[in-house]
Amino acid sequence: MLDKSFIGHALPAFNVPVEASRLRFFAKAIGQTDPVYTDDNAARAAGHAALPVPPTYLFCLEMDGPNPNAVRELLGIAIARILHGEQRFTYHAPCHAGDVLRFEQRIVDIYDKKGGALDFVARETKVSNHRGEHIADLHCVTVVRNG
Amino acid sequence: MAESKPTMTLDIATLKVGDSLPAFTTAPVSRLNLALYCGASGDHNPIHVDLAFAQKAGMPDVFAHGMLSMAWLSKLLTNWVPQSQLRDYGVRFVAITQVGEAITCSGVVVELLEVGGERRVRVELQTANARGEVKLKGEAVVAIGGGV
Repeated sequence: MLDKSFIGHALPAFNVPVEASRLRFFAKAIGQTDPVYTDDNAARAAGHAALPVPPTYLFCLEMDGPNPNAVRELLGIAIARILHGEQRFTYHAPCHAGDVLRFEQRIVDIYDKKGGALDFVARETKVSNHRGEHIADLHCVTVVRNG
Repeated sequence: MAESKPTMTLDIATLKVGDSLPAFTTAPVSRLNLALYCGASGDHNPIHVDLAFAQKAGMPDVFAHGMLSMAWLSKLLTNWVPQSQLRDYGVRFVAITQVGEAITCSGVVVELLEVGGERRVRVELQTANARGEVKLKGEAVVAIGGGV
């Protein structure tokens, strides 16, 4: 049973730069062959200021923060016991290589199912850019196997 | 990674509920895929790349990151419309994707709607293995038509 007093807890905000070389590596890792995601000229021809951050990469940038295990450590969860339960992105504005994004994470719910065999931690993350524009909101549910 | 090519396209002008997005199937998931995704994504949980660690955690083998499948499934959307038209994208990870499985990404239009004067469609999405076992169930909202 996780400590539910952490519901509502906000973690320290952090900034992460978006790097073009990492976006190209990510495109390779997911088999993305559309040149818009790897070629600066193709990206600009498609109307982007630079290589665009692909739809799920905001989650990766969130893990590039100073301590990607902050929530897990706060709640005392072993990494071998976690599974990803849900992930959602709501997009407000595009972001690109060269941007510096700010991540503000908050624990919004902690609950259990199956008589405590599974714990769930829901986290929301507001993402904004260096101009203060609201880029996206992320909703992540982590499952903890207690069996 | 070699992937099957979509066999049809979807015309925005005549889009209707029930229309399918052009599906594709990945090559069988390899351990190299998982190692590359580990490095590229920054998700260094050893359970996806270290067999000894995975077995100690009670798993028969390493297994694919849920977010790797979510990234594959996102290509179903960005192959169809420019990413700037994507408004919302969410999934539930309902079963583990195992090494060796070829994953089919598919989606179907379930609703046409208008939000703040913008025409949008809601699509239901899924990934499944060759036996049709669903791994991810998701939903996305995409803007269509003028002004985007």
